[in-house]
Amino acid sequence: MSEHTAPPPTTAVSNPPVEALAPNLGDGDIVLASATPDLPPPTRQLDKLAKLIDISKCIGCKACQSACIEWNDTHPEIGVNFGSYENPHDLTSEMFTLMRFNEYEDPETGDLDWLIRKDGCMHCEDPGCLKACPSPGAIVKYSNGIVDFIHDKCIGCGYCISGCPFDIPRMSPTKHVVSKCTLCSDRVAVGQGPACAKACPTQAIVFGTKDDMIAHAEERIADLNTRGYDKASLYDPAGVGGTHVMYVLPIGDKPEEYSGLPADPKISNVVQGWKGPTKSVGMAAIGLAAVGAVLHSIFSKPNRVTEHDRVEAEEMVDDILGPEETAELATPNDEGKA
Amino acid sequence: MAKREFSESTDRIVATEPVEVRRYATHTRINHWFTAALIVLLILSGFALFWPPLFFLTGLFGGGQNARFLHPIFGVVACFSFLLLFLQLWKLNIMRREDLVWARNIRELLDGQEENLPELGKYNLGQKFVFWGMFWLLLAMVISGVMIWQQFFPDLVSIPVRRWAVLVHSISAVLSVLIIIVHVYAAIWTRGTISAMTRGTVTGGWAWRHHRKWLREVARRQDTPPAE
Repeated sequence: MSEHTAPPPTTAVSNPPVEALAPNLGDGDIVLASATPDLPPPTRQLDKLAKLIDISKCIGCKACQSACIEWNDTHPEIGVNFGSYENPHDLTSEMFTLMRFNEYEDPETGDLDWLIRKDGCMHCEDPGCLKACPSPGAIVKYSNGIVDFIHDKCIGCGYCISGCPFDIPRMSPTKHVVSKCTLCSDRVAVGQGPACAKACPTQAIVFGTKDDMIAHAEERIADLNTRGYDKASLYDPAGVGGTHVMYVLPIGDKPEEYSGLPADPKISNVVQGWKGPTKSVGMAAIGLAAVGAVLHSIFSKPNRVTEHDRVEAEEMVDDILGPEETAELATPNDEGKA
Repeated sequence: MAKREFSESTDRIVATEPVEVRRYATHTRINHWFTAALIVLLILSGFALFWPPLFFLTGLFGGGQNARFLHPIFGVVACFSFLLLFLQLWKLNIMRREDLVWARNIRELLDGQEENLPELGKYNLGQKFVFWGMFWLLLAMVISGVMIWQQFFPDLVSIPVRRWAVLVHSISAVLSVLIIIVHVYAAIWTRGTISAMTRGTVTGGWAWRHHRKWLREVARRQDTPPAE
């Protein structure tokens, strides 16, 4: 391993350096970790990175899917045709990205648009998966914005699936760990952009600093505006604090038309309630109840049976049973029979 | 034999000098402690996944993956075990008019003045509250638990429903732990109670003080009519 650390990538198209470089992404770059409230602060702040997917340039070739399978060495099942170009039919634990196809008819012009969206992890600034995860350090976010699953620490509970506002994490039914797009964190660590962006033949997928990607998106949107797409927009939803995978949407006012891309994604209030008040109020109530019981036992008299009670009981039993039966039953005589 | 309204068929006076009354049969006690042990395991494995400072408790089960695998299995077994207990106990846990009077005078009970409290059957309102509380919460937990049982029911419900299920599951778990604290502490505070679930018997004084109608009925049921 070289002494030199790889520089953070600013593009996906450059070829790798010949020299072996040390990774630039480590534990000191983690800014958020699941179930870890006392995470030490990061040692430095990396430039925010982003992948920009320009839907207007995408031709639906699925080179990105192939590159993803190859780089991550996953093995999706051989699929079957179900009347759509989508293959496989959904994201799986072996398929981290998926071209989703939708035929959209413009209600005003009647024009048909074939909308193709590359689905996958959005790398939220405020990740719902990480919020929901109960296993310390199983989901981390680096200061460059990448959200990554640490499989060694994953316990397979599937809470992240409930937490994600985009329906992205997929559980492996055999390995019992969840998987999703890593934004090629292992490539980024050595100065390379994501495999999908590298493979994209039209550069519909580009990669770099988030600032650069926003600037590039603005150029693209201005261009689309001149070509009849006056609603074209950048998809960087504020509800999750912005994302590190962004889209240029030609039909920018109707993100749902892109195979259900949520218009205003945010971590569900139900998840917030579960991970917020339920946890804090619930644990406080249990603590108070336990402490209250201990204090009560110290400061108040227990409820004791008195001599009076004992005598009353004997009188009652004697009265009912009569002297003979009472005498017969004097001492325990059916131990073990009940 | 007198009719049975406040007692189980296995309840009987086993001694008179001093009075000792059988309150729980051996199979009921085994059933109770088996359920209790499973609930302890459920609390340890469940709260490890609920509150990060307790995550280390997964170590008791062989790590996070094992705790995640075992928790729902404990849950299903606990529910069947509780169901058996439920079938034995539900009848005498039905609410009665005197329970309201008892509830109205709860302050006096806590102050140690039981003279004005009504005579009760086998269970008081507090015990009934624990019984029905655990019943409804376990029901909520087993239903919501199956909905979030990733390994065996990954696609049973939609993601929005799963979110509600996990919320219901955790709130129910917190409430059931509160009930268990009440249950355990009440058994300790009310001296003479614990032997009911260990040896199966209570003293006559305890029965007269806390469950007088029950004691009276148990005695009457044992009173053989005079020979003709």
